[in-house]
Amino acid sequence: MPLDWIYGLIGGIMIGGAASAYLLLNGKIMGASGLLGGVLDGSHAGTSRRDALFFLAGLIGVPFVWHLLRGAPETQLTTNVFVLILAGLCVGFGTRLANGCTSGHGVCGISRLSPRGIVATLFYLSAGAMTVLLARHGLGVI
Amino acid sequence: MRGTVSFMVGGLFGMGLLVSGMTDTTKVQGWLDVFGAWDPTLAFVLGGAVLPMALAWRIAARRDAAYLGASFPAKLDPKITPQLAIGSTLFGVGWGLSGLCPGPAMASLGFGGWPSLVFFTGMACAMIAQPHVTRSLQRAR
Repeated sequence: MPLDWIYGLIGGIMIGGAASAYLLLNGKIMGASGLLGGVLDGSHAGTSRRDALFFLAGLIGVPFVWHLLRGAPETQLTTNVFVLILAGLCVGFGTRLANGCTSGHGVCGISRLSPRGIVATLFYLSAGAMTVLLARHGLGVI
Repeated sequence: MRGTVSFMVGGLFGMGLLVSGMTDTTKVQGWLDVFGAWDPTLAFVLGGAVLPMALAWRIAARRDAAYLGASFPAKLDPKITPQLAIGSTLFGVGWGLSGLCPGPAMASLGFGGWPSLVFFTGMACAMIAQPHVTRSLQRAR
């Protein structure tokens, strides 16, 4: 669609606005993998845990309510169970080992000119591009 | 108040992911498909998100504490560790295979059906296992 980039930009500003509000009001970095991972492995305590639980409730609940009112947006996620599990394991393990994902290292790190954020982004972008090249054009599994 | 802010931030983040098309895995894989039918949308999403956040960091630098009283995150840690490189590479592999990163994986959990649940379960299990696996690998060395 020719308007995709405008929606991309508007959605991007919403994401950046959310991250800005989390930093300026709560003093925290909005990183999806850190907030989820900390809740799951119990490394968040007290206020941090409460913040993270409310954040996750909004992140999962608001799009859920939206889809009830306006219908489900496109997802196109693969139905290959092996690919789904392997991908989920890689994303979960990798983001916790690297201490961040696209929101923490990408959005929050790059905007701060953090060397770690920029290096992480270069690594996951190149690994992602290589994976799509191999899995789509080589093996044809995605 | 902090709880309300956290909930609204999560909701705004989720809706931003929906609006930008980041819960549509074909768009994300299209962005990573540099050698195929490349889709530049993600560049606009990242650009649009980085701009307000860059401004937020500048405001934060001029303040002692966040508006609701908490202190700001610690100073930048410049250390590039092997964990950062290996972890990000692994993450990139999973991201490319599925077209999902942790944010969109959760935003689409409520409407993505069983594939979404399978992916999320794998991701959550690996997140819980990671500290234990890393520790036993380090001990084995």
